[in-house]
Amino acid sequence: MAPLLELERVSLAFGGLRALHELDLHVNEHEIVSVIGPNGAGKSTVFNVVTGIYQPAGDIRFDGERLIGRSPHAITRLGLARTFQSLRLFLNMTVRENVTAATYGWTHATPLESMLRLPRARREAREVEARAQEVLGFFGQRLQGYRFDQPAYSLSYANRRRLEIARAMATGARMLLLDEPAAGMNPNETHEITELIGRLRDERGYTILVIEHDMHVVEGISDRVVALDHGEKLTEGTFHEVANHPQVIEAYLGRNPEALQK
Amino acid sequence: MAPIGVDEWVARSGDRRERHGGWRGGFARVDERLGWWPRLLLVGVAAFVYGEFIANGNINFAQTGFNVVLYALLALGLNIVVGWAGLLDLGYIAFFGAGAYVYAMFSSHAFGNLAAGTGGVILPAVASIPIAVVGVAVLGLLIGLVALRLSGDYLAIVTLFVGQAFAEAVNSVAPSTLGGANGLFGLNNFQVGNAMIGSTIGYYWFAVIALLVLMALLHLLDTSRTGRAWRAVRDDPLAAEAMSIPVNRVKVMAFTFGAAVAALAGTVFAAQQSSVFSTNFSANTLILIYACLVLGGAGSISGAVLGGVVVTVAQQLLTSPLDSAYLFYGVLIIALVARVRPWRHLAAVVAGIIAFGLATRAIVGAISARAVAGSPGSAGWFAHALKHFVIVPSGSPLTYGNVLYIVAIVMLVVVVQLKGVRRLIAVVPTVYIGMCCWEARLTLDPGITAQIMIGAILIVTMAARPQGLLGSRRVEVV
Repeated sequence: MAPLLELERVSLAFGGLRALHELDLHVNEHEIVSVIGPNGAGKSTVFNVVTGIYQPAGDIRFDGERLIGRSPHAITRLGLARTFQSLRLFLNMTVRENVTAATYGWTHATPLESMLRLPRARREAREVEARAQEVLGFFGQRLQGYRFDQPAYSLSYANRRRLEIARAMATGARMLLLDEPAAGMNPNETHEITELIGRLRDERGYTILVIEHDMHVVEGISDRVVALDHGEKLTEGTFHEVANHPQVIEAYLGRNPEALQK
Repeated sequence: MAPIGVDEWVARSGDRRERHGGWRGGFARVDERLGWWPRLLLVGVAAFVYGEFIANGNINFAQTGFNVVLYALLALGLNIVVGWAGLLDLGYIAFFGAGAYVYAMFSSHAFGNLAAGTGGVILPAVASIPIAVVGVAVLGLLIGLVALRLSGDYLAIVTLFVGQAFAEAVNSVAPSTLGGANGLFGLNNFQVGNAMIGSTIGYYWFAVIALLVLMALLHLLDTSRTGRAWRAVRDDPLAAEAMSIPVNRVKVMAFTFGAAVAALAGTVFAAQQSSVFSTNFSANTLILIYACLVLGGAGSISGAVLGGVVVTVAQQLLTSPLDSAYLFYGVLIIALVARVRPWRHLAAVVAGIIAFGLATRAIVGAISARAVAGSPGSAGWFAHALKHFVIVPSGSPLTYGNVLYIVAIVMLVVVVQLKGVRRLIAVVPTVYIGMCCWEARLTLDPGITAQIMIGAILIVTMAARPQGLLGSRRVEVV
């Protein structure tokens, strides 16, 4: 079976800085793949080239469609939605509006239809509302009820992360790119988010590519782990294979002093 | 600190209600509970009552009513671009002007012989209004496309040039068609079939109907995918783009819609005035429209309309000496009542002002009789009441007034810095000098005073309610 997302020899440089170098990466359908690596390894850059924020050299395909050259909103419409490491919610909009705004890609009512509430606009409004209920309902008590009409800036940090995931789900995506979903969370919340990512795949059938620093989360969710450093792939495999790989250990901890002496 | 287990937002809004007891809390509660459609009905009823009131009344009231609705329309259009899409468009006035000029060109001898008053293309309003609105919407689209590359301050600067360029262009390009500095005049009235709108009251009703329909349409748009997309782009363009919203197209749409609304207002303005001049579309007008929007609350439809009412009425009041006195002393008294608490302090301050005023005037009068020989600038009973209270030299020399004005501002700044009892004490001479300055200088130049007062009202409102009267609180980065 062909992978859902495939990167082939993807390179990107900022001036003289090689952010990515001939990177190959693939994610199969219904798979959860983690990308790990030290700070500045190019993990977030991978997300940015996949979602169309940067235009790299090489080839990126999603479900057979070439992504390079498409604008970010067009890529999201193909079924690939992301969250942001530094939360980027629509802070002054309500929780509900954050989610419903993300349905723009699969609704089609023109402003005129909306102003006159013509049949298509009314039907889509019902669908959007149902989608919002369904997506927010996935997070159980956390985002339920009276919180729907609160502005997003009033949410706690953990709830903002949840809302970002909900917003990405509302775009109608098949694949989610989660950028450090557990960053800044306490151990309880981290545990919860680990479970949640598993449920996203098992219950909703999402394919997930995740960047994460917390090794407990990575261990808990990953089918496969890809380790990056200096924009290149060090290795990939199961969590234990990657975690014990000498180059990965070196990238995180530095070179073994004994090895240096030899 | 919120109690543990209580969500922070709930805790904070609970706080708000406790803090704002009395009329402010009451206002907030009513504002929260009042649904959107009842609000529209309220606006309709108010407009209807005023319309009946001016039906047999004096022409100034009709003109004020028309201006209120005109500015409300303009603020509604600006709200789409600035309030919703968050694009600081300082060239908005060009769309208003372009709408007025397009209507004027198709309702006068502009295309014929302007000097002789013959020929030209004269279309009925049912044709010329749509031409103006659609034509200017296309202009908005083009300017929007250019503006896509810019954001924030850069957008503001470039669009400011567009607005200024418009006035220059109609003055100097094709004076035989656009009339140059003389403008276009003798425009046809709105005519639909055999019915013609021939009076200010008629245009008032036309504008009211346009306003109500537009409010309803914009509300439906605001709650649709397009409205959400605009607000998403305002909050975070990158995230909006990543959430499948085509940011560029959405921004251009905002420009186009804003321009169309401004053009509609322009046609009504031109027809009511029966003439257009480039000076009608100056930066002054733009600032007033912005004042309406900011005061009412950017992002809120009813806020834009309320802002239109407050700013226009205030401006109108300030042109009449008696009304402006009511406004000035009214604002002064409201400010004292609202800010000086408890009432014992208020009584002390008021008594202090009276005593301080009488004493100062007696001393100055004893030194020089000429120094207190002038009469206050306010009209009516204010002048009589204040004759023996404020210090106005005979002939009201401008230097005296100018110095007093600067002193009043300095004292105001000092008052704001002080705390507690010192502030209460400092308020007394500040108010008195402010009153003297008003009577000796500010009433002499109502045009400038109107702008100062609107500025003061804006400052006070923004300090008390940064989001505007009906706006909702916004955060930039948390």
